[in-house]
Amino acid sequence: MLLATLPMWVGNSYYINIASQILIWAVLALALNVLVGYAGLTSLGHAGLFAMGGYTAAMLLANGHNHFIADLVALAVTLATAGIFAVLALRATGIGFLMITLAIGQILWGIAYRWASLTNGDNGINVSTRPEPFGLSLSSAPSFYYATLVVFLVAVATMAVFVRSPFGASLTGTRDQARRMTALGYNVWLIRFLAILFSGFWSGVAGLLFIYYNQFISPQVVALTTSAEALLMVISGGSGTLLGPIVGAAIVVIMKNVVSAYIERWNLVLGVIFILIISFMPEGLVPGSVRLWRAASQALRGRVAVPAAARQEEPR
Amino acid sequence: MSLWLTLAVNSIALGGLLFLLSSGFSLIFGLMRIPNLMHGSFFMLGAYFGVTLLAGGHNFWVAALASAAAMAVIGGLIERFLLRRLAGDQLPQVLLTLGGAFIVGDICLMLWTGDPWQPQTPDHLRGVVQVAGLYFPIFRLVIVAVAVVVAIALWLLVDWTRLGAKIRAGVDDPPIARVVGIKVSQLFTLVFALGAALAAFGGVMGAPYLSVYPGLDFEMLPLALIVVILGGTGSLLGALVGSFLIGFLYNFGQAMFPDLAYVILFLPMLMILVLRPQGLFGKVVS
Repeated sequence: MLLATLPMWVGNSYYINIASQILIWAVLALALNVLVGYAGLTSLGHAGLFAMGGYTAAMLLANGHNHFIADLVALAVTLATAGIFAVLALRATGIGFLMITLAIGQILWGIAYRWASLTNGDNGINVSTRPEPFGLSLSSAPSFYYATLVVFLVAVATMAVFVRSPFGASLTGTRDQARRMTALGYNVWLIRFLAILFSGFWSGVAGLLFIYYNQFISPQVVALTTSAEALLMVISGGSGTLLGPIVGAAIVVIMKNVVSAYIERWNLVLGVIFILIISFMPEGLVPGSVRLWRAASQALRGRVAVPAAARQEEPR
Repeated sequence: MSLWLTLAVNSIALGGLLFLLSSGFSLIFGLMRIPNLMHGSFFMLGAYFGVTLLAGGHNFWVAALASAAAMAVIGGLIERFLLRRLAGDQLPQVLLTLGGAFIVGDICLMLWTGDPWQPQTPDHLRGVVQVAGLYFPIFRLVIVAVAVVVAIALWLLVDWTRLGAKIRAGVDDPPIARVVGIKVSQLFTLVFALGAALAAFGGVMGAPYLSVYPGLDFEMLPLALIVVILGGTGSLLGALVGSFLIGFLYNFGQAMFPDLAYVILFLPMLMILVLRPQGLFGKVVS
């Protein structure tokens, strides 16, 4: 309800735009969370998938194709890329997976930045128009916000269904007890592969929202910083929860806007937040706050506060 | 003909430079299993230290060694006070070093501005030597010579000295190594410092050739990563072969397909991952 009525009580289009940004990044963070939180596979290459959707659509639009075709092809290309990404990265798990995704992310950055004849290099690509679904114009800030909100809600609903589905349960199984899952007859590789496709699809959707919001895409989007920011959103909010990445996206986007208004040192701040979170609240803000809330409410009721059981994790 | 020869010499020089970078990464990531995403930052920060000293009129070798020493101290402190608390927990280590890399990058941008720094090649290393009617720039040859010396020294250190044996024991089985009286924590700090120092030394060696500029850190990090994945984690020989392979691929790729040079670099890595995931010289870990 709060989200749906937001443009009415906020009024100022600057804040509505920030809300749109939060929703866009939240979609990417949710997509990444499927891997980080539920599959136990940490990717540092998601900016590549995000930008793959954005760049493909931007290039097709620049060549005069219509929005429907451009978006459809962009999502197909993102899925295909996610497939290749998965085949390569799943040669390893744990830290090897992360290193390979980092390398693939850098390859895609290299294409966007250096292959100037294809991607226009550092100058980026302009997207002249926003689509008009069912004849509704999305050029104003509130209308674009509503369109983003719809996509965001669909993403959240899909994620919720995904997580509660038997497939989601088996994915968590491969995270916690890969060997046991194999022994039980599950195809661990296939489960992870499909999870990466699912995550890639929503990353591509986020990429489409991103180019329509900014009406521009440049290699900066593909940089490691973007992957790191997305990962920070997931981890700061709390990976493996649905609310966590959304809260994380809100925190990072708001901080980025606030910090950039005062100083140019966003990367420095990003680095410091990373180190602080790792050092003091490694489980993320949402589970961390839940833990504190439970401890506090139990203490109020006069019971002995039992420390929350440490999350069981497979030794990496 | 001479174009190809120039390319070959450049390739070997770049290979030597990459070895200085990736041998340290191989020690830290391959041997100690710490996924250090700050390695490119060590290279860049070391290079900035070096160019600052050179601008102050110091001798090239003094600058390179001083920068390596400074980086060893910084690396040792990072290992001792930040990474040690997360021992064995790789994901937090990745995030911590990633955060650190962003901080270093931004601080460098603040202190040394966004303009590239390219020091002159030192006087006594300038010029060319003539061998069999062909001309070779001395500085490029010196880089290769340094890389070869470092490679041999590291090999001797890790495989043939008592210290190397202790390091290997500490990596293979820390609790047992501690029981027999090896100070594993100190050793790890030492190895990490050594890796950081090598990266900084490479940074200074590379400065007259590559120049130093913001973003160099995240350009070098993937290169170190490719070399180590290609050669096999923990294998010094692998790092050496991988470095020269990438050196050749980069220079020839740049000359023949300038648009795609950066992408071509990753192709052998992808092939290795598909065909031989443990790397060219890696051991299969069960």
